Formats: sequence, structure tokens, C-alpha cells
Amino acid sequence: MKHIRNFCIIAHIDHGKSTLADRLLQVTGTVSERDLKEQTLDDMDIERERGITIKSHAIQMDYKLNGEQYVLNLIDTPGHVDFSYEVSRAIAACEGALLLVDATQGIEAQTISNLYLAMEHDHVIIPVLNKMDLPSAMPEEVKDQMVELLGCERDEIISASGKTGEGVDALLAAIIDRIPAPKGDPNAPLQALIFDSVFNPFRGVIAYFRIMNGTLREKDLVKFYYTNKKYISEEIGVLRMKPEKKKEISAGNVGYIISGIKQAKEIKVGDTLTHFEKPCSEAIDGFENVKPMVFAGIFPVETDDFEELRDAMDKLQLNDASLTFEPESSAALGFGFRCGFLGMLHMEIVQERLEREFDMTVITTVPNVSYFATTTDQQRLVVNNPSDFPDPSRLESVEEPFINAQIITKSDYVGSVMNLCIEKRGALKNQVYLTSDRVEMSFEMPLAEIVFDFYDRLKSISKGYASFDYHPIGYHVSNLVKMDILLNGDQVDALSALIHKDNAFHLGKKICLKLKELIPRQQFEIAIQAGIGAKIVARETVKALRKDVTAKCYGGDISRKRKLLEKQKKGKKKMKQIGNVEIPQQAFLAVLKLD
Amino acid sequence: MAGIYIHIPFCKQACTYCDFHFSTNQKLRKPVIDALCLEIEMRQSEINEAPSTLYFGGGSPSILDSQQLNQIFRSLSNAFDLSALEEVTLESNPDDHTEEKLNLWKSLGINRLSIGIQSFIDRDLSLMNRAHNAKDAELCVQKAREAGFEKVTIDLIYGIPNQSEEEWKSNIQRAIDLNPEHISAYCLTVEEKTALYHQMEKGEISEKDDEVIEQEYLTLQCMLSESGYVHYEISNFGKPEHLATHNANYWKGLAYIGFGPSAHSFDGANKRSWNISNNAQYIKAVNSGGQFLDEEILRPEDRSNEQIMTGLRRSTGFDLDQFPKEHALMVQQNINAMDDQLKACIWQNESHVGIHPEKWLLADAVIREIMIDS
Repeated sequence: MKHIRNFCIIAHIDHGKSTLADRLLQVTGTVSERDLKEQTLDDMDIERERGITIKSHAIQMDYKLNGEQYVLNLIDTPGHVDFSYEVSRAIAACEGALLLVDATQGIEAQTISNLYLAMEHDHVIIPVLNKMDLPSAMPEEVKDQMVELLGCERDEIISASGKTGEGVDALLAAIIDRIPAPKGDPNAPLQALIFDSVFNPFRGVIAYFRIMNGTLREKDLVKFYYTNKKYISEEIGVLRMKPEKKKEISAGNVGYIISGIKQAKEIKVGDTLTHFEKPCSEAIDGFENVKPMVFAGIFPVETDDFEELRDAMDKLQLNDASLTFEPESSAALGFGFRCGFLGMLHMEIVQERLEREFDMTVITTVPNVSYFATTTDQQRLVVNNPSDFPDPSRLESVEEPFINAQIITKSDYVGSVMNLCIEKRGALKNQVYLTSDRVEMSFEMPLAEIVFDFYDRLKSISKGYASFDYHPIGYHVSNLVKMDILLNGDQVDALSALIHKDNAFHLGKKICLKLKELIPRQQFEIAIQAGIGAKIVARETVKALRKDVTAKCYGGDISRKRKLLEKQKKGKKKMKQIGNVEIPQQAFLAVLKLD
Repeated sequence: MAGIYIHIPFCKQACTYCDFHFSTNQKLRKPVIDALCLEIEMRQSEINEAPSTLYFGGGSPSILDSQQLNQIFRSLSNAFDLSALEEVTLESNPDDHTEEKLNLWKSLGINRLSIGIQSFIDRDLSLMNRAHNAKDAELCVQKAREAGFEKVTIDLIYGIPNQSEEEWKSNIQRAIDLNPEHISAYCLTVEEKTALYHQMEKGEISEKDDEVIEQEYLTLQCMLSESGYVHYEISNFGKPEHLATHNANYWKGLAYIGFGPSAHSFDGANKRSWNISNNAQYIKAVNSGGQFLDEEILRPEDRSNEQIMTGLRRSTGFDLDQFPKEHALMVQQNINAMDDQLKACIWQNESHVGIHPEKWLLADAVIREIMIDS
């Protein structure tokens, strides 16, 4: 056990985590030159294309230092705030962390919040300055930030470049020297932390664990602490470039288990794996049932494709346990699913995977967060869908989730960031200058506000120089109303949204204007109205179609013209019909794209 | 009954709205005409009846000099029996109406001029970058008459930005006063990749509202019918004995053969083809015996949809009896399923279906509903 080191890497998106990880794999001979491709650890196409890590990965490396052979377990974690629970479990599985900072960028909000997580777990932190090969690197300035943040010595910071390989040997030595070997009793009852799982179509679910105490052997009868289900450990092993079977794995080590589990949702990240007979006396701290933060409807474009969509969603859920869904029906869109996501990125990923892996084109409705509504007869209802919102006459109060938002930006942009957050109903809680040029601001704000175009606007007002992270801080009572959209008097349920009362007039006007832009003229006038209860707060009109013809049609262009009309006819069929009004698909997300 | 179309892809200057194939560079004029004559020779076997119409379009065919026009006519008469020609049309620009050219055209047997007047207002003409001015517009018809042309058609454009309702009315009135046998009036259409499109994108010019355009269209219909013109196709009006034959044959689905870059042909049954719309590539392909046209074989449903499309733009409508039975049934189902507002645009008279002329501006919306699924 004293030759094992378990560590993770904390880094902001684009700070070069995956490239540095590739370099570690190469130097330790874990991956051959031939098999090395960019972002070796990221399996999914979508991860490589977007340069992000969605799932946690683990890899075991061998490294010889001063004549002693060491086993190094790297646990690669997702970087995005949507997956912060997964990150916290991966951190809990390690004794140390590399804090990787881009020498051209400096410390970002994401880095800080994950760093605090690592510090809570008493991790040894190894500060690493990456991308030192770039001419725009500003090592002295970024070192100042790191010293300030960590209270470390300047000479503890390792300068590295994932690209050139600079500093990689020094880094490996530091991992062995500074990070303590794991502690634990191999003879105690088994206690292993599940930090992620993946789905394999042939083997079922493969769970990744870190053993805290005890020893796991092949063919052991095991159970999970929280789900209390029992399984046989059909295969166990360690994760090299390819899984490597083992007869037993002991305290301190990281490995995988295959036990005939068919669905990802049977395994919960953060759960404790133990023996069925002689179980450990307590579970590992920190388990949470992951709760979706953002909800939206997903509907097939063609109403007939509902069963196909169900099939695709079931398959997606096999390897994405954090995706939840239940059937929903909408007067406007027919049958579909109300889905819960960890955040906006997760929602985008699910939508993209549906299109990419299952060839399903879907309509996603305006996302919302989860509310609590208290009715006059003192019932407390969970509202995940605007259509479940109680009628104003029997509504006593509504609570909405709030977050603590941390934003790090250049001092030049403090004013604009402040304005944006205040517009988004935020309240400034703290403001700290990290250096003379970098400011960290904390706001308390409703989660719902960051669902609507917050991130894009933050990026644009700060010219990209702002990073953002958030943590839920519970529910507060808010003055919320349900705004409905009516087309020629017919309510379009899929366009309803829960919004703050003070924004109703302003937002109603904007949505109506946007819809006016998106809904094509038809043979009759279309009234677009935004209403709260019976009160109309905004109205726009799409005038009746007066002209729909190409006046020129010479002999030549008969084929082209026919094809154009046939194509338009097909396009029309894809539109959704509400009453007698035809609505293009993109209108259902119009609320997200307000200027 | 067949028609011949000759495309002359050259212009003095580029009108801002035009997206037809043309070039303002005259360097390739001679080689294009040589290749065009070669194409006539190569494809003469495609028509085995004496053509009844011949049409020079463009571009600006009136730009051609005597030698070039003579060369084309020689090739045509070598390849085809021209004795049955009834209608020989040449598109001309008012600024090309010199006595010399008019006499030349007359002597070659051209018996109908299609004059691109577009407007009688200088501001409109320069906005569209036309080569002529208001004075040319006023005089060109009279000059044609003096040279002996008995059949004249003039083009007008409506929906011109910045033109007032009064100005449009006066344009129509001046056209009527010139007493042409036929008038074509097109709505200014903003096509991508034209100068006009870019001007609109930049906000230099703004498009007229649909409501205004509809009003201009209704005014046009009203004034021309009061003056004895028959509105027989969405953009075409003629004195009863002078409806255009060549163009009408396109819409009726009769055979035509087109020569020159970008010219289209139809065999009258199920084959359409179109030449390369690039002068240099056309020359090269024709001279080297290479492929200068693309073709498409129409399926029965394509033909039915063509008939719906062209029929609904004409006063006669389309005739369901001309359709395969199952197509006629589908069309009738589509008509029955239309919403009331659109249904009010059409008339149905035994087997014929058409759009009321005052609703022609909604033709595409109606056509999309009636077309059968392809």
C-alpha cells in the first residue's frame, strides 16, 4: 500500500488537463506511442469534439523512482459545474490533487471551487503551472495568484507543458514525494467508494471504486450500502489502458467491478460497496442522491416517433444515471418526456446524443428549475413543469432555488458583471481582489436566472474574461407568476414559463416580439399574446399574408421552381399546428434567445 | 408546335435585381456565338417538326450586331425548317432601338419585340441601374412602329422601392398610351447574390410592404382590363388576339429547345435539360464535344406537380382530366383539406382548377397545398 498514490487533477476547461494527462500516460509507458491520440482518456466523440470531460475516468500507471516501483492511480474528473457532485466523489477517492493552472490565463472560478473541495478532503495540493511553452505565458503573475490562494511556497510550484513534456518527470516525482500513500486496513470489512460507472452493451454496468478498507476478491458476494442490492463480483480488476483482471484488490487501490448490473441507475455514484456477509459498519460520508436542477420537455418532431424516442431515452439512461424522465403530454407537441438534467450543459449533451447516437430530431421546450408551491389548503407541491403550477386563486406562496454564484473576472469588467447579475435578480455578497487585476465576486441569485442566457451574456460582456461557478443554497420565497402565450386566443402550453412578476411585462413583450419574427405570415392575421391568468401583458400581431409568389417563371426554371415549392411543402409539414396557426420548431426555444 | 429559345448572355450593364445568367464582359461574345451555332448544328435532330416560335432572350439580345445575328439565323435555317415560324420574338432594350438595328431585326424576320421598359421614371431606372432613360422609354415603341413592327410587348416592374402609388399609376397609364399589343408586369423580386439584395441587406434600400405591393398589383389589373387587356397569366396581359405564344407553350408543357449558356429544353414528354450557365465552360464543353448540359427525367408525379404549378398561374387553370387517375384523386383530396381562406382563392369548374386573378399573389401558398407528395 505504501507504493500506491491516488490523485486527481483540478483544472478549468481549456487549461490543458487532458493534454497533460496524455503526457503522463506516455512518460510512464502506460500507453504506447502508437495508441496515443488526443484526449486519450475521453471515450466519447462528444468529449473529444468539445474538449470537455463528461464522465470520470480512472487509469493506473507504473513509475519507478529511486529504485522503487510505484502504482499511480489518476482519476480524471469532469470540469463543468453541472457535474460537481461527480467531481466531489472523485476527489474523495484520492489523497492528493494537482492544481493545474494555465500560465497564460490564471486562476478561474471553477478551479477555486474544486480546489476548496479538495482542501475539505485534506488533500495534498501540488500546484502546476501549465502551458509554459506559450509565448504569452505570464508565470510570475500567475505564481503570485497561486501563492496567494494556496499559501504555498513559490518553489513548490512545478512549471510544466503538456505539449512539450517539460516538467513531467518533476511532476511524477512530486506526486510520489508529496502525496501520502493511502491508509486503510486490508483485513477490515470491505468499504469501497463508488465514484463512477460506465455502461457496456456486452458486460452491463462497470462500476469504478476506490477501496478504503478491506479486500475485494473475485466471486465475492457484495452489496451496495444505499440501494441494499446484492450481486456477485463476476470480474474485478484495475484500469490500465485496457481493463486488467485481478483475483483480489486491497485497501488503498482503485479498480472496477462487473457484477451483472444491467442499468446505470442501479448504481449510485458515492455509494459504498461492501460484502454482503460481514458488511462494514458505516457508509463512506458524502453520499447524495443526485437531483436534477433543470427540467425541460423533449418531444419528437414527428408525433409518430414517440415510441422510438422512448426507446432512445431508455438506452441513454442505461449509461447516464443522472438523466431522469417521465412521460408528458402537451396539447401543442403531443406525447414526449419531461426530463430532469444536472444543468444546461447536461441538457445540451443529452439532446446532442439523441441526435448523434439515435438519429432522433427532437423539440426541446423552454427549460425551467424545480419550484415548491404552497396552496391555500397548505399543500406543498413540487413544480417541475409550468403546467403543474397551481391556479393563482389557490396559490399561497412559491419558493424557488437560489444559488451562490462565484464569478472571477478582470477588474475592468466588474461594472458590467455587476449590472448583469443585478438584472438577473442577484445580490452581491462578497467581492475580493485576488490580485490588483482579478476580482472574485459572489452573488446570491435565483437558479432560474442562469438558465436563461446568463452564461453567454457573461462571456460577451467580459469579452471571455469571466469564469463562473455556482452552488445551490436552498429555496427562498419569490414572487413568481406563470406567463402563458396565446396564439389567436389558443394557449400554447409548451411556451408557458414561470417568471418573476417584476419581469413579466418586459419579458412578455420580448417573447411576443421574438415569436412575431419566427412565425411566418399565414392567410389570416395572428394575434400573439402574453398573459398572466386572465390579464394580457403584451401583444403583437403577425399580419395576414398578402403575397406569396415568385412572379417570374420562365421556361427554363420550371424544374427548379417545382423543387423549391416541393421542399417548402415538406418544411411546412414539420411545423407544429396550434389551432389553425403553424409554428416552426425553433419558436419553442424562442424564450432562450431573447436579445 | 415546337419552340426554339436562344440565350444571349451579354449585357451592357448589370441591372441590380437580375439573377439570370449574363456577363457585362463582351470578350467572349464571339466564341459564345460560335459555340451556340455549333450547338444548334449538333442538336438539330432533337426536333423533327418545323418550329412555330423562336425567341431570343437574355441577357440582352438587342446588344448583338448584324454579323452575329446573321450568323445565328444562318445556323438556324441550316438546321431547321423555319417556314412554319409564326412568332419570332427578340427581347430589346429601349436604348438599342436605333433605326439601323430595328431595320436589321425586321429584315431577319423578327416580328415581335419584347421591350424592357420597366419604368418611365428616371429615378427608378437609375435605382435599378438600367441602361436607358425615361426619354428612351417614351420613344422606343414609336420607333419600333415606324420600322414596321406590328407586335410589341413591353415589360413593367412594380414594387419598386421609393416609387409612389401615383407614380405607379402614371407608369401604367403611359404604357397603355403607347398601345402595345401585350404587357408583362413583374414584381421586383429580391434574389440572393444580386446587387439589390446587398443594398437591402445594408439597409440602403428597403423593400416595399406586401400590402403596398398587393395594392399596386390590383391597380395594374384594374387599369389594364379597363383598357382591353386580358390577364391570362399572373404576370402577362394581352389584347385578345395577341397573347404570347412562345411563353405560353412553356406553361402548356409543349416541347422547346434552348441554345446557349443556361438555356433550358423540354422534350414535351418527360425530359428536361439545361445548359451550363458559365460562358467559358460552355464554350469549352461545346467545342471539345464535352458535356454541356444536365438533364432530368420527370416522374409522372413531377409532371403532375408541374402542371399544377404552371396551371395555377394561368387564367385557364389546370385540367384534372390530364392527370393520371390517382393523381387527380390526391389533388382533389388536397383541395378539400385546404383551409377556408385558401379555398376562397380558387375556382373549380368541372375538371379545371384555377386561382381567381385577384388572388394570384398567393399562388405559391395555394400551389404548395395542392401539389401531391413527391
